[in-house]
Amino acid sequence: MHGSFLSHRGGFWFWFALALVLLSVLAYVWHEPLGVPNGGTWLGYTLGTVAALLIVWLTLFGVRKRAYYSRLGSVKGWLSAHVYLGGSLLVLGTLHSGFQFGLNVHTLAWLLMVLVIVSGFYGVWVYWRYPERITRNRDGMTREIIFREIADIDRKASLIVEGLGSPADRMVISAIQLFSVGGGAWRQLTGRDRSRIIVALDNSKKKRWKQVANPTQQRLLDELTGLLSRSADAQEAALLQELIDLISRKARLMRQLLADIRLQGLMEVWLYCHIPLTIALLATLIAHIVSVFFYW
Amino acid sequence: MENRFEVVIVGSGPAGLSAAGRAAELGLSHVLLESTTHLANTIQRYQKGKHVMAEPGFLPLRSSLPFDAGSREDILAGWLQNAKALGIKVAWNADVVAIRGQRGDFALETRSGKIVHAAHVVLAIGLQGNPRKLGVPGEDQPFVQYQLDDPDEYQNESIMVVGAGDSAIENALALSRHNQVSLINRRDEFARAKEGNLNLLEEAIERGRIRVFFNSSLRHIETQESGDHLAQVTLTTGDGEVRVPVDRIIARLGAIPPREFVESCGIRFPNAAANAVPELTHQYESNVAGLYVIGALAGYPLIKQAMNQGYEVIEHILGRDIKPVDHDLLAEKFAGLPFALDVEETLERIKTNVLCFGPVNSLRFRELILESEIHIPKEGEVIFSRNDYTNSFYSVVEGSVEVVIDEATGKRVRIGEGHFFGEMGLISGRRRNATVYAGRYCVLVETPRRTMLRLLSSVDEVRRRIDQVFILRAIHSQFAPNSSLEDLSDLVNSAELRQYAPGEVLFAEGESGDELHLVRRGSLTVSRYLHGREVVLSYVPAGKYVGEMGLLGNTRRTASVRAVVPTETVVMKSEPFLALLERDPKLKEQVQLQLQSRLRANASMEASSEGGELLSFLMRQGLGEATDVLLIDESLCVRCDNCETACASTHGGTSRLNREAGPSYASIHVPTSCRHCEHPHCMKDCPPDAISRNASGEVVIADNCIGCGNCESNCPYGVIQMAQIGGSQPGLWSRVLFGAEHKKVKDKDAPKRAVKCDMCTSLKGGPACVRACPTGAAVRISPEQFIELVQEN
Repeated sequence: MHGSFLSHRGGFWFWFALALVLLSVLAYVWHEPLGVPNGGTWLGYTLGTVAALLIVWLTLFGVRKRAYYSRLGSVKGWLSAHVYLGGSLLVLGTLHSGFQFGLNVHTLAWLLMVLVIVSGFYGVWVYWRYPERITRNRDGMTREIIFREIADIDRKASLIVEGLGSPADRMVISAIQLFSVGGGAWRQLTGRDRSRIIVALDNSKKKRWKQVANPTQQRLLDELTGLLSRSADAQEAALLQELIDLISRKARLMRQLLADIRLQGLMEVWLYCHIPLTIALLATLIAHIVSVFFYW
Repeated sequence: MENRFEVVIVGSGPAGLSAAGRAAELGLSHVLLESTTHLANTIQRYQKGKHVMAEPGFLPLRSSLPFDAGSREDILAGWLQNAKALGIKVAWNADVVAIRGQRGDFALETRSGKIVHAAHVVLAIGLQGNPRKLGVPGEDQPFVQYQLDDPDEYQNESIMVVGAGDSAIENALALSRHNQVSLINRRDEFARAKEGNLNLLEEAIERGRIRVFFNSSLRHIETQESGDHLAQVTLTTGDGEVRVPVDRIIARLGAIPPREFVESCGIRFPNAAANAVPELTHQYESNVAGLYVIGALAGYPLIKQAMNQGYEVIEHILGRDIKPVDHDLLAEKFAGLPFALDVEETLERIKTNVLCFGPVNSLRFRELILESEIHIPKEGEVIFSRNDYTNSFYSVVEGSVEVVIDEATGKRVRIGEGHFFGEMGLISGRRRNATVYAGRYCVLVETPRRTMLRLLSSVDEVRRRIDQVFILRAIHSQFAPNSSLEDLSDLVNSAELRQYAPGEVLFAEGESGDELHLVRRGSLTVSRYLHGREVVLSYVPAGKYVGEMGLLGNTRRTASVRAVVPTETVVMKSEPFLALLERDPKLKEQVQLQLQSRLRANASMEASSEGGELLSFLMRQGLGEATDVLLIDESLCVRCDNCETACASTHGGTSRLNREAGPSYASIHVPTSCRHCEHPHCMKDCPPDAISRNASGEVVIADNCIGCGNCESNCPYGVIQMAQIGGSQPGLWSRVLFGAEHKKVKDKDAPKRAVKCDMCTSLKGGPACVRACPTGAAVRISPEQFIELVQEN
């Protein structure tokens, strides 16, 4: 029924790729070229042609994924083949080079190929590990439900503070207004909460307001627990306690949300390396092939 | 106004208006009684600019008034103009409360106490019913209204909304944007309201935008001569009397269904079913001579049908012998038939030949044939195949068909002239259980599911005849294909049908009992108490049976059996069944083998209690009535949403699934997507009958959808959306290279249609969502595979 792309058709593409690798290694060992092994021998050309065709075909995965009417295999089958054949390219490409590395466009092509493959391996790893982590962190909630619940807490909290007055009201309302989630790639991936709050700095005589950081509502909770510890009015204490309970719940939801954004980001970010590197690889590959034939 | 007429028409909807139009055109003395102050109230109440369709497309229009698909405004304007031109006489605010008398001498009494006399009465009041009034003095004041068309029409008023249902809450919420609103609830909670509405209401109350009076009712309404407000309402509340100044009262207390009124006129209904329609002749005359019923009340909800009937009913009253508008359609239908008979004679011949249609009245029968198809298959032709998902009903008018009752041996039984087949698929909503071949000189009538269901719910005798045959055939095919039908007579006669509501227990663990239940519709779960809680062990779909252990001698039930959805079973008693087993040792062995495999499966489920939890989770999501459901394994899903994109790209830009929405359990996620129910809720009330099930099982919406939204609100799983279809799909390469997205329809007012998952029937290769999933997380499975899924997890 449900089955991972890694084990598609009993790992057919794994065995296929393994056979391809073994065949290439055997040929490389068996082959006795004139001079040192390099891309210019018949084996070198063969390996190079196979590798180049593979690269072009691997790139076509991006097309197949969006060709929704296509009946050429399933996207899952294509991904399975993409992963294993892509992995085999590491061996094929390297054997094609005959281990001749230098400061030239040929080695650049090889290096880019390695980077694309390594980023792909990272992708396989996150696709394998992260879905379950995301599910566990979500705990049956969707982002929409989390946002709705946070909005609900904010609404309740702003009603409660009406009965509390300064400074609780300004702090709670500012914490709601300066609530921030998401943002740029870095903020998403680090999962840092950049929410802020305006708190009263009690300089004995004059009250001063200052905006400070409020990661996962911690500062607000500190302030509220401070107010509660100093409160001598039973009714005020009850309201503060209610507020603290609400904000604690919000803090928990925030942590869940930040973790969700971070995990989802980590699961997707590798593609932002994988794809541009692939484009660069294709360009370099063309330069590599053209220059080889030009100097032939 | 003189008050004696040749014909009085009650209700100015499409049917009544068309009748009045014809009467006016012929110069017949007539009056059209309308309870409001405008024509066609139901159509008036459609939302502004709504596109009205003219279904059924095959039926020509026969009316003195025009009608074609178009906007609500255009249609109403056309009617108004023609009503004037024809000189239709209308009496406004004439709410008829009683109709007495008979042909030649009717007396109609209106709410205001006026009496109108008529020789003939045409009742065309539709099904909308009268709104329930407040029941206190002042209920008819101009500032008291029972309907809210445009909430933005009112600003800065003090408005009192009365009622506890969704319409009252929705009105109150909409009005609270610009007005001061109070909401009056007779009880202490809003038990009938949707949860979404309750949340919004709670919020509005907290913000002080709506004031709710619980346990309160209106005592009286006093008009204020001076002051800021028009009136003052006195409420009786739990804390005594309260006076509230108001400018407007909106009462949303539901409608009084017209049946009570119709019966009070002496018109008989065939049974107590909620959707029963009065018995009528083919001239639309009820059992009260001279009293005619047309339109939605007569069971014809579409505008065009209603208008045609309006025209025809006047012709009938005048004693003119006009051929019904469908005459030519029927003639065309009957064209290939080998009988040299005219349309009426052919209808009569089919009706007398086919036993189960005997009790159907002629008007209904005509409709049935019009909606049915006539087949004249060649000998040996396949009518339908085993495992097809079709659910139409076939009657043999002439000749015979052969049903393969045993696939292995190819054994066939003959079904002869006058009999019917295909009832199993119709009743169970599941795949066909046998292949049927045409015999020699065979003439068949194929009746669609909806027509048949309507017939079954309105004519008890038809239902009884079909049920009887159903039981016989079910027992025969399930247990004794080799026995003769005579051998089974004891068993069949002692068997009975029983209905169960969702969650109802058929029998409980530990009870004693010896009945066997063969599920004919719906599904069951088998569960046991293990370690102090109930664990679901298996799922029993229609066509399978439970309780055989009791029959085989062990009368103490070892498990509990519960209905998942509305379920019907054929209950068999042990004695005649045991006698059958005695006669047929092979059958006994077969039943024991099936029992053993069930017990083995149960034991393996007991070994993993999470499996049972997952199974009961799936059942709680309503998957007990599914035939094919999309499930996502969250431990494989990388949330790339390629499934949604694939769906949208292959379906005019609207994804019919929402991946993220929907509940999950143990990494199995049930996204919001159609599960193609056995008895689709969406099909219940589709005016143009646009929703159907394909032979391969998909429930699909055809192009004749009129966008009424009934299916959207009838679907309990929220999988149908109203969307504009069209726009343009960018090419593959612009999507690959530039991430181009589907372009929406430009015209914002383009009509909306109901859209839902069609399992990509038009695509070769199967559902796009599953094929586009890169990681193997999305699968579509049928409930038979649930156990496998559970064991895999």
